[in-house]
Amino acid sequence: MYFVRRLIFEIPLLLLISALAFTLMHLAPGGPFDSERAPASPEIERNLHAKYHLNDPVWKQYLDYLGNLAHGDFGASLKYRDHSINDIITQALPVSATLGFLAFGFAMGVGLPLGFFTAAKRGRWEDFAGSFLAVLAVCIPALVVAPLLILIFSIKLRLLPVALWETPWHMILPPIALGLFFAGKIARLMREGMLNAMQSEFVVAARAKGIPENRLLLKHAVRIAILPVVSYSGPMLADLLTGSFVIENIFQIPGIGVFFVNSTENRDYTLVVGLSLLYAILLIGLNLVVDLAYTWLDPRVKYE
Amino acid sequence: MAADTGRQTSKIRNRRVCIARIWSVCLVLVSSFFISGCIRSEAPADVTILNGAEPQSLDPAILTGQADMRVAIGLFEGVLRLDPKTARPIPGLAEGWDVSPDGKTYTFHLRTNLVWSTGGPILADDVVYSWMRMLDPSTASEYAGLFYYITNAEAFNTGTIKDSSLVGIRKLDPYTVQVKLNHATPFFVDICALPLAYVVPRQTIEKYGDRWLMAKPLPSSGPFELVYWHLNDKVRLKKNPLYWDAANTKSDIIDILPVGSASVALNLYEHGEADVVWDAQLIPSELLDVLLKRPDFHTFNYLGTYFVRFNVTRKPFDDPRVRQALALAIDKKRIVERITRGGEETASYFVPDGTADYTSPDGLEYNPGLARKLLAEAGYPGGKGFPRFTYLFNASAGGGSKIHEKIGIELQQMWHDQLGINMDLHQVEWTAYLDALTQLNYDVARSSWIGDYDDANTFLGCFLSNDGNNRTGWKDPQYDSLIQQANIEVDLKKREQLFQQAETILVRDQAPIVPLYFYRGINYFDTNKIQGIYPNILDDHPLLSIVKVK
Repeated sequence: MYFVRRLIFEIPLLLLISALAFTLMHLAPGGPFDSERAPASPEIERNLHAKYHLNDPVWKQYLDYLGNLAHGDFGASLKYRDHSINDIITQALPVSATLGFLAFGFAMGVGLPLGFFTAAKRGRWEDFAGSFLAVLAVCIPALVVAPLLILIFSIKLRLLPVALWETPWHMILPPIALGLFFAGKIARLMREGMLNAMQSEFVVAARAKGIPENRLLLKHAVRIAILPVVSYSGPMLADLLTGSFVIENIFQIPGIGVFFVNSTENRDYTLVVGLSLLYAILLIGLNLVVDLAYTWLDPRVKYE
Repeated sequence: MAADTGRQTSKIRNRRVCIARIWSVCLVLVSSFFISGCIRSEAPADVTILNGAEPQSLDPAILTGQADMRVAIGLFEGVLRLDPKTARPIPGLAEGWDVSPDGKTYTFHLRTNLVWSTGGPILADDVVYSWMRMLDPSTASEYAGLFYYITNAEAFNTGTIKDSSLVGIRKLDPYTVQVKLNHATPFFVDICALPLAYVVPRQTIEKYGDRWLMAKPLPSSGPFELVYWHLNDKVRLKKNPLYWDAANTKSDIIDILPVGSASVALNLYEHGEADVVWDAQLIPSELLDVLLKRPDFHTFNYLGTYFVRFNVTRKPFDDPRVRQALALAIDKKRIVERITRGGEETASYFVPDGTADYTSPDGLEYNPGLARKLLAEAGYPGGKGFPRFTYLFNASAGGGSKIHEKIGIELQQMWHDQLGINMDLHQVEWTAYLDALTQLNYDVARSSWIGDYDDANTFLGCFLSNDGNNRTGWKDPQYDSLIQQANIEVDLKKREQLFQQAETILVRDQAPIVPLYFYRGINYFDTNKIQGIYPNILDDHPLLSIVKVK
C-alpha cells in the first residue's frame, strides 16, 4: 500500500522535472537549429521553426509534448532529425545498461570483500593497505584510470581492444574503469558499516555468548553492515545504468551518456527532456527498490 | 524470547536466501539479455572509416555537415556527382548536360539504365520531385538557399508563391530534366553535384515521413545501400548491385564510425581496427609534429579559412583604421608555427589558395609600425583611451587541443605588446557562441568558414550586407554590387577581377574580418593498403572508389 501511494506521489514530481528541464532548455541562449552556416533567408529559419512548432509559446509546446508523452512518444530529436527519441533510447540504453550492470557487478564484487576484509583486520597493516587502495580508487578519476588501463592492457600488452563495444573482449576494461570509483566507495561504506555493526549491542552480546568470530562477522554483522551500501546502491545503479559520458567517450561506446551531454550543447530540447525523465524514472524506481530491500534486510524497518 | 528471536532470524534468513536467489537469476537473465543484444555477429567490413562527428542527418535535403555528406554521397546520387580525384562535378545519374548560350538554361540527360536499389526505374520525375522537395518550405532545408539561382525557387521556398509549377525545374521527357536560372550562374554545376540535389525515393518518403531514412529496405540511388545506422555507433553500408556504375564500386561493405576523440581515433587506427581516418580534428595535436612526418599521414590544401570577426556596430570597431591596425599587428606566422602546427599557410586574404578559377589579391600583412600609426590616426596613440574589449571564442570540439583559446591568448599578447590595448578572453559553449555572433553580441570573435563548393562565391558571398553569415554588422553597397556583378558574369577572367576588387575591400580597405590562416586537410591511411582516396580541396572522398588492397 505504502509503495502504491508513493508511486502516485512520484507523478507530480516527474511532471515538475520535465517542466523544469523544458523551460530551462528554452531559456538557454541559441536554439537547436543554430549552425555555423546561417540559413540563406529568415524564411528558411521560419520554415524550420514552424515544422517543429518552435514558434508556439513554450507552455503550449510543453503541453503538446506531454500529450505525445502520454502515448509513449518522446518526440523527434531536433538535432538528429532522422531519429526519434524513442529510437535513440532503445538503441543506446541497453548498451549503457550493460556497461552499468557490469560495472555494478565489479564494484560490488571488489568493494564488499575489500570493506569486509579491512574491517576484520582493523588497525593492522592489511587494513591500512586495503583502505589506502579504496581511497585511491575513489580519488583517481575515470578520466585517468581509463587511459591508463588502455595503455597497459591494450597498447603495451595487446590483450584487449582499445575501444568500441562489439565482443565480450570489448566489455572488460570499460566496466572496470567505470566501476573502480564505486568499488572504492563501497569498500569504505562497508568498512564503516562493519565497524559500527561490530560495536552494536547484539554483536557484543553474541560475542559474549561465545559465537566464533568468523561466524559472527559473516552471519550477524554483515547484515547490518551492508545497509549503507544498499541505500547507496540505488542512486549508484541509476547513475551507472544511464551511462557515463567520460567512459563512453574514451572507449567509443554507443551508450546514452554521450547524449546527456551533447543534447544540452545542441539544444536538442526533446532529447534533453526525454533523457531527464528517463534518469528521474530510473532514480525514483531504484530508490523504491532500495527501500523494499531495506524491509527485507532489516526487520526493524517498517513502512506504514 | 530466545525462541522468538530464533524464529525471526531463520525467517529472515529464508527470506534473504530467497531474495538472493531471485536476484541472481534476474541478474543473470538481464545481463545475458543485454550482452547478447550488444554482441555483434556480423561480417567484418572491407573498409572501416572514422568520420569525425556523428551525422545529424543522411537526408540529402537536410544534412549540413561534412561528416553527414561523406556518408550520404554513398547512398544517393544526383544528376552530377563528384570526381573522386578532384572533387569537381562529373556526370552522375545524367550522362551529360547542355547549357544554353545565354547560360540560363541547363538540360540534363539521364541515363536510361537507372534503377533504385530496391528495383524500379529512376526517371526525370524522381529528379524533379527531389529538387522540389528540397525547395518545399515544409521540408525546412537549411541549405535551400543555394538553389535560389533557379527561377522562382526563392519565392517558392519562402512561401510567396505556392504553385510549384512556376519553379524553373521541369521534366521534358522521362529521361530529360530542364532547369531555368534567373541569370547565368557559372558555378551552377558545382551546386548540382552537392548532396542537396541528390535523388531521393518519393514513395518511401511519402510513406514514412520524417523518419524515412529508417525505412527497411531503404531505396538508394547511389553506389551503396544502408544496412543500419545506429547513432554514435556506426553506419554500415553495402554495395548496391543495381547502381548504374556498380562495376566501379570497389568495396562490398564499408563501416563508417563517428569518433569524437582524437586519441580514440589514433588508437583504433594504430590497432588496425580502422583503416582510414579522414577528419583533421582526429589527430591528437600533441603528436602533430611526429605524426605528420609519417608516410601514412597526408596533408593537403583545404577550402577553409580561420579568421577574426569585428562587430562593426560597436565602437571603436566601427572605424576601419582601428580594424586595420588590429589586423596589421598580428604576426600570423607565430600562430601557425607555434599553435596550429599542421603545416597551415598564413592568410592575408579570405579565399583559400587553390580555389577554382580564382587568385586572391593580397591583404594586410604583419606591419606593427603601420598598425601603431593607424591606431594613432584613429585617436588612440599608443593605445591610450582604447576601451577594454572582449574576444569571444567557443570551447573547442571535444575539449581537445584548445586551439581557439591558445589563439585568443596569442592575439591578446600581440595586441597588448604592439598596440598597447587590452582585451579579455570570453569562452562560451558552441550554441551560445553562435547565438552571440548572430545577435551581434560581441566585440571581436574567432570564426572560421569552410567552402561548400569550389568557387570564390562560397566565401565572398558570406559578407553581402543581407547574408545571414555576415555576422559583423558590416554593410558595403560597393562590395554587394561587385559580388552581384561577378555572379552574373560569364567571362571567367572578368568575373575573377570583380571578385578580386570585392575581396580587396573585404580584407584590405574595410577589414571587417582578419583572415589568420588557411586550414589544411589531414587524412591518415596507409596507401599500401587503402586505395581510391585522393587529396582534394573540398576534402570530399566518394566512397565507391575506396578499396582495401591487402
